[in-house]
Amino acid sequence: MNESDHRQMDDLARKLRSGAISRREFLARGSALLAAGAVMTMPGMPRAQAAEPKAGGKMRLGLHNASQNDNLDPGTWSTSWTGASFNGGVYNNLVEILPDGEVAADLAESWEQDNNAATWRFKLRKGVTFHNGKSLTPEDVRQSFLHHMKPDSTSGARAIVQQISAIDLDGSDTVVFKLAGGNADFPYLMSDYHLSVFPAMEGGGIDIQAGKGTGAFLLDSFEPGIATRLKRNPNYHKNNKPYLDEVEFISIPDATARLNALLTGEVDFIQDLDIRNVPMVERSSDFSVQRVPSLRHFSFDMDTRVAPFDNPDVRLALKYALDRDDIIEKVFLGEGRKGNDNPVSSIMKYFHDMPQRDYSIEKAKEHLAKAGMTSVSVDLHVAENAFAGAIDAAVLYQEHAAKAGININVVREAADGYWENVWLKKSFAGVDWFGRATIDWLFSTIYTSKAPWNAGWSNARFDELCEKARVETDDAKRAAYYAEAQQIIHDDGNLLTVAFVDWRNGVSNKLGFDKVGGLMPLDNMRMCERWWLKA
Amino acid sequence: MTTKSHPILSMAASRIGLGLLSLLIVSLIIFSAVSFLPGSYASAILGQNATPAAVAAMEVKLGLNRPWFLRYLAWLGAAATGDMGLSFSGRPVMALIGPRLKNTLVLASITAAIAVPLSIALGIVCARYRGRFLDKFLSTSTLASISIPEFFVAYVVMMVLAVKLQLFPSMAGIRNGMGLGEQLYRMVLPILTLLLVILAHMVRNTRAAILSVMASPYIEMARLKGEPEKRVVVRQALPNAIGPIASVVALNLAYLISGVVVIEVVFVYPGVGQAMIDAVRNRDVPVIQACALIFAAAYIGFNLIADIISIVSNPRLLHPR
Repeated sequence: MNESDHRQMDDLARKLRSGAISRREFLARGSALLAAGAVMTMPGMPRAQAAEPKAGGKMRLGLHNASQNDNLDPGTWSTSWTGASFNGGVYNNLVEILPDGEVAADLAESWEQDNNAATWRFKLRKGVTFHNGKSLTPEDVRQSFLHHMKPDSTSGARAIVQQISAIDLDGSDTVVFKLAGGNADFPYLMSDYHLSVFPAMEGGGIDIQAGKGTGAFLLDSFEPGIATRLKRNPNYHKNNKPYLDEVEFISIPDATARLNALLTGEVDFIQDLDIRNVPMVERSSDFSVQRVPSLRHFSFDMDTRVAPFDNPDVRLALKYALDRDDIIEKVFLGEGRKGNDNPVSSIMKYFHDMPQRDYSIEKAKEHLAKAGMTSVSVDLHVAENAFAGAIDAAVLYQEHAAKAGININVVREAADGYWENVWLKKSFAGVDWFGRATIDWLFSTIYTSKAPWNAGWSNARFDELCEKARVETDDAKRAAYYAEAQQIIHDDGNLLTVAFVDWRNGVSNKLGFDKVGGLMPLDNMRMCERWWLKA
Repeated sequence: MTTKSHPILSMAASRIGLGLLSLLIVSLIIFSAVSFLPGSYASAILGQNATPAAVAAMEVKLGLNRPWFLRYLAWLGAAATGDMGLSFSGRPVMALIGPRLKNTLVLASITAAIAVPLSIALGIVCARYRGRFLDKFLSTSTLASISIPEFFVAYVVMMVLAVKLQLFPSMAGIRNGMGLGEQLYRMVLPILTLLLVILAHMVRNTRAAILSVMASPYIEMARLKGEPEKRVVVRQALPNAIGPIASVVALNLAYLISGVVVIEVVFVYPGVGQAMIDAVRNRDVPVIQACALIFAAAYIGFNLIADIISIVSNPRLLHPR
């Protein structure tokens, strides 16, 4: 059995597990592979990984979202480019998110909460130095946070740091955060890539321009919008890490150019492989398609203040009238995991696994009848950038729903300005959600009635559950609150999740890595220090 | 006669004046157009962190809450003194565009140094051997290459020479101080693509210009006097065809600076075109303005030079009645 068969089999198994293909299809395609001489790997059975990291070598990454406006100020970082090269390469946070989604020590070696999760004490690791030789102190941490907390702050971490009312230093190694209200997720939020720790300057502030962090790599060169090169930090505070001598980030905005760069050996890794290019990578024995489950989901969102969406039964009818399998197969070419009208991804902690809601003309009609209607007409607004394939998905949905007496009028909007003029302005529209690493963060940004991006839906019980869960430090109780909250969104909520999508990358088989995290792109932004070259 | 300035100087002066006026109009149009586009730098940069409060804070910080014409006047005042201002990211616009402009100029000059002599020579050959196999072959192949969109030419060139034959790298990007040799090697594919795109236009126009002169009675006269055909074309016809040739060359040179966006994207070449795309995506107005001015100035400048060349080459135009 050769490598390529192995990989195809694994891909099939993965698709089966995620529900992207049916069991029947798995058996048919799997036995075709078997006939070609492959040995069956059962789905769910881990493949033996030669996961012994090797030291040395240079990894080149082809990413698409570099910008000439990129700079070293952590408040301005908003892309996986800045996240993975600066935060994940040159700097560290107090904590890091492991590939399995658990929060782990990084610059802080331990932390404890008090006062119903409203006071958090982080004890710093000893012996950590910045690239300029300076030792890490609690003052560095404090100044790094104050940078985002200035009154006129435009930082992307503003929403997170707003809940901090004071930062105190305790002794030579402890930072104490006092929050305006309790938040059991606080350690999680500390992993946000904006909250990188910079060296403090005399008299306050942090030294941004020097580019000296505590991270696994030294910043060797940085050409905004073109390339960033990192060199190994020999004094890194994590055992054996990093493995690579050098990492180069190369900006390749065009999807075809990215594919060609991978195939011609110019780079070892490309981000966001276009679904149409998947077969070209799979065909080669030197490269693989990597699919990492993520938080990102495509949805159709309703404004529940507006008729007919104000009627919960109409919402349910619309949810049952969507054939997600059909859209995933035809529009996403099988590259997606079925949504279940829940914005919480299956890789998140406290994810509540509910029975899958499937396409059902009868149930759609039933709920329509409950709402006292036999048919209903709605406008669905989409643009090509609402999410990849949104227009095609909406047109298919129109056909699915028509069978249940629901007339969906697909309104095509201009892509430019979609987020300003359509999203949150029209009562039914396609949305591409990147998700949030914790349920509290997700709900309080988008779904609670006071959330800044609330699209009109509010539910008193849901708000109450979120409030309770936020300060609850008992895991079991929290899980129960969040399960109920997810059930409420699933049954009563304002979104139809079409699909969750994977981080889909093209990867050279020379690269080695363990389990890859998907809460954020590029192995939770930390691929520089986690990956290695096999040969 | 003595009070009158030299006709070339007066023409150049009036053209430069008109050129500056055009630049002013271009800057006004671009600035207002970008201001009317939905979205702002704040929402583009903040992405999915763009909560209304964060967007508002950033717009106040950048002064984007002021009406667009006030912002335009402020920008214009600074630009008139040669200060292109700061990008919204806080870096000087010229520091941001400078290296990219250099890249674009390097690519454009190398291409022009090959394309201009080559296309004029091919045009002359076509005119000399009009109707023969070589002429037909060149006319057809140039017509074909001019009819194919440039991105398609680029992808075909890349597929054959980079992916299949692996003769050249697929990425032309110059980064981290690569050596001159490697830079040139990496630039082969974009130069080749640009040649295929612009040669056709110049060859066909050179040919047409020479042939139209060749229809004049004085050419007939030269032939009757027994001048060899090659000499007729090069010595008699070509000097009188320089005007039209210069203007088509000028158009193509301006294209090499302002129109190569697609080539830059396909070959990952960090030039001004990519800078402008990036700036438009982020609504970074000062950078968009600077790029637009560079492009407009290239068109105006090259056309001015072409006009001067055609006047010098045709003394009759020097003394307009």
